[in-house]
Amino acid sequence: MDTRTADELPLSQQKTSWMEFIKTHFRDYGMLLSLLAIMLFFQVVTNGTLLRPLNLTNLVLQNSYIVIMALGMLLVIVAGHIDLSVGSIVGFVGGLAAMMMVRWGFDPVTTTIACLIVGGLIGAAQGYWVAYFKVPSFIVTLAGMLVFKGLTLALLGGMSVGPFPVVFQRLSSGFIPDVFGGQGFNYTALFLGAASVAAIIYFSFRSRANQLKHAVETAPFGLFLFKNGLLAVLVIAFCYLMATYRGLPNVLVIMAVLIALYAFVTNRTTIGRRIYALGGNEKAAKLSGIKTERLTFLTFVNMGVLAGLAGLIFAARLNTATPKAGLGFELDVIAAVFIGGASATGGVGKVTGAVIGAFVMGVMNNGMSILGIGIDYQQVIKGIVLLAAVSLDVYNRKK
Amino acid sequence: MNAILEMRGITKTFPGVKALDDVNITVQAGEIHALVGENGAGKSTLMKVLSGVYPHGSYSGSIIYEGEERRFRGIADSEALGIIIIHQELALVPLLSIAENIFLGNEQAKYGVIDWSAAFARTKELLKVVGLNESPETLVTNLGVGKQQLVEIAKALSKKVKLLILDEPTASLNEKDSDALLNLLLQFKAQGISSILISHKLNEISKVADSITVLRDGGTVETLDCRAEPVGEDRIIRGMVGRTMEDRYPQRNPKIGETIFQVENWSAYHPIHAHVQVVKNVNLNIRRGEIVGIAGLMGAGRTEFAMSLFGRSYGQNISGRVLLHGREIDVSTVEKAVSNGIAYATEDRKTYGLVLAEDIRKNVTLANLDGVSKRLVIDDMRELSVANDYRAKMRIRSPSVFQETVNLSGGNQQKVVLSKWLFSDPEILILDEPTRGIDVGAKYEIYTIINRLADAGKGVLMISSEMPELLGMCDRIYVMNEGALIAELGVAEASQEKIMHAIVKSGRR
Repeated sequence: MDTRTADELPLSQQKTSWMEFIKTHFRDYGMLLSLLAIMLFFQVVTNGTLLRPLNLTNLVLQNSYIVIMALGMLLVIVAGHIDLSVGSIVGFVGGLAAMMMVRWGFDPVTTTIACLIVGGLIGAAQGYWVAYFKVPSFIVTLAGMLVFKGLTLALLGGMSVGPFPVVFQRLSSGFIPDVFGGQGFNYTALFLGAASVAAIIYFSFRSRANQLKHAVETAPFGLFLFKNGLLAVLVIAFCYLMATYRGLPNVLVIMAVLIALYAFVTNRTTIGRRIYALGGNEKAAKLSGIKTERLTFLTFVNMGVLAGLAGLIFAARLNTATPKAGLGFELDVIAAVFIGGASATGGVGKVTGAVIGAFVMGVMNNGMSILGIGIDYQQVIKGIVLLAAVSLDVYNRKK
Repeated sequence: MNAILEMRGITKTFPGVKALDDVNITVQAGEIHALVGENGAGKSTLMKVLSGVYPHGSYSGSIIYEGEERRFRGIADSEALGIIIIHQELALVPLLSIAENIFLGNEQAKYGVIDWSAAFARTKELLKVVGLNESPETLVTNLGVGKQQLVEIAKALSKKVKLLILDEPTASLNEKDSDALLNLLLQFKAQGISSILISHKLNEISKVADSITVLRDGGTVETLDCRAEPVGEDRIIRGMVGRTMEDRYPQRNPKIGETIFQVENWSAYHPIHAHVQVVKNVNLNIRRGEIVGIAGLMGAGRTEFAMSLFGRSYGQNISGRVLLHGREIDVSTVEKAVSNGIAYATEDRKTYGLVLAEDIRKNVTLANLDGVSKRLVIDDMRELSVANDYRAKMRIRSPSVFQETVNLSGGNQQKVVLSKWLFSDPEILILDEPTRGIDVGAKYEIYTIINRLADAGKGVLMISSEMPELLGMCDRIYVMNEGALIAELGVAEASQEKIMHAIVKSGRR
């Protein structure tokens, strides 16, 4: 270990070369590179089908609810718990939405709000046992999984209920309309893409300037430019492709806003920091004045709301609620978070990792379906990828 | 005399660091060989090389044991030859019985079927040897730390130990248990078992050791022979720190003011056994700029008292009043206690003090995140400058504040814990065993920090099992036994004898 104190360490030493920086931060970028590699692979073997605008849109729509739930699951897992019930909550809330709109005649807005509240209440009910009664979350949410799977069946009477009002369907099948009135090309999509790139670059420059001012170790400037440039190109290219089809799906915008929000909450806010401390060492967190019980409770409430939202999106996408909706989603969501580098013992994990993990699973699902690989072997391959990703992460961490 | 063990020119490098640099150590057959050095001097690494945790090939140099060069591939190899290491963190399974623990991995079995009566009989014999009067069926979790330590030793004996290595065996033992353990080592010595004893408690070492090897910064400094003439503590310290330590406790001119903190009739009951009163009617006070100690044996209820006071973190049915500047304050949750100006630095840094996977920066601000944030949003740069500030002020040794605390030495970890509590800006700081497991040099630094706090007008309540430390640091000492304060001594009149006397007298009642 370096035994020098702060004043002895020359600043010049804190400048690192490209290679060193990449080496030390490999874990941060490793997952992203793997995702890009997987995408490239499927792009080649599917003869370019993967990145066709239509398929790209589908990819987003198919994975939005997994990504959204992964955000909540990340917090739950970082806090040192697990939630197995999210798939059942998706089914139940979807069913509830269907009954409310189709059978009981509520309007979509009331329904949406009510369903999100119900999701939150379900999360609260489970979080209560976990946080205050100290029942292991695995057990509580396993119970929840059975309860809500059963309640979904009971609620829907074993039948599929639909279709939904058009306004509600737009939640999943709608696109951001083009305010510039482009013909066959959605300028709004490109504009939004450019705007978010500008925002990203502005914020990363600002934070870099701040870091330099305080003499924090920063990425070499070249690498910094390269990273931001690459990100800008990817986002613009993506938006361009989407623009040539129907523009940006509503769901994508919801998802992007949520990702940004959760990334901010986990990185920059006191509540985010406290969740990491809680998962890293609950006793130390408690003795530092953190209300660990309430925080645990809130992460489950949050998970419930997001699962409710995912339930609405999934129902809207199918335009019908079925008793089988949401079956097995919890596995995809949990896998996404772990592929994204979260630790099963809590305290470690990133929003960006979870999102990338979700897309790794999503791209593989999608790519293998295009290739015509049966659902049987798809599962085998997904399982192996999960194990491989996490083993690699464990290995890297040991080094 | 013949050597049972000779380690020659051991060099072990980790990426970027040379942990051991040409270390030589020779242990004679049937001696107690002490290994001393500051934290990070390489003692544990050396023992890991010896026991095969770092297998042959991962280090350079040679190990000659019982006259032959050995190349251990793992712990199993070294254990087979009778080299048994007992780690600082005990490796017992709490919910298994003593017998099950002793024969774990070495079961008294035929064809995989355990012969329980043989195991119990053998356990009884072993327990008798180590002087532990417990049934072999007792679960380890029901034993105190001292007794668990004895179980570990019994376990080592069951493996036909020839060279016993003890890493800080008395760190969490009270004096009585420590003495018992040291006597046991002397007994083993008489039976021809050699031991290597790693300890920070130099008085114990000068009591039992036949020779002492001093490590500093990964190298051997010297080997002292205690048989010819006794080696004093000061002599050992000089070797460890490379300088004479004139005074182990920094000078301070106490400027004591009015009473700022009072605890009245504080009582608490055991969290599970509701009828057991663990803290009994404690009344104490602390004045401005005063360092007040609580002495007592392990299990006297000192930590329980402090934790029940600090946001009811221990026990149930807690009653009593806490007054700060003459006004009663609410300490019913940790958050309230902290915001009312109380801080408690725990005795167990790793379990209760630090989030080990997180860096210094995040640990320092954990108890006062509001101090670096605006409307729930953390100001990264302010946090960083706070952390850097404490790193420099407390002389925390690390490449940067982004170092994960798990990689810090005990002394530096303790400095991080102290930084955390200082940043919460308390009026009263309760320090529970602030220097446990910390080397001499770092202890001095911690003492200096404590003195600085008192000089800044804070009140310090210091719990310690090391009486010299209390006598050296405190202005006033309370003595606790069985949950009650039984004596109060000004530092001028206090002595180890008086404290022990008070404890023994109250125990007899």
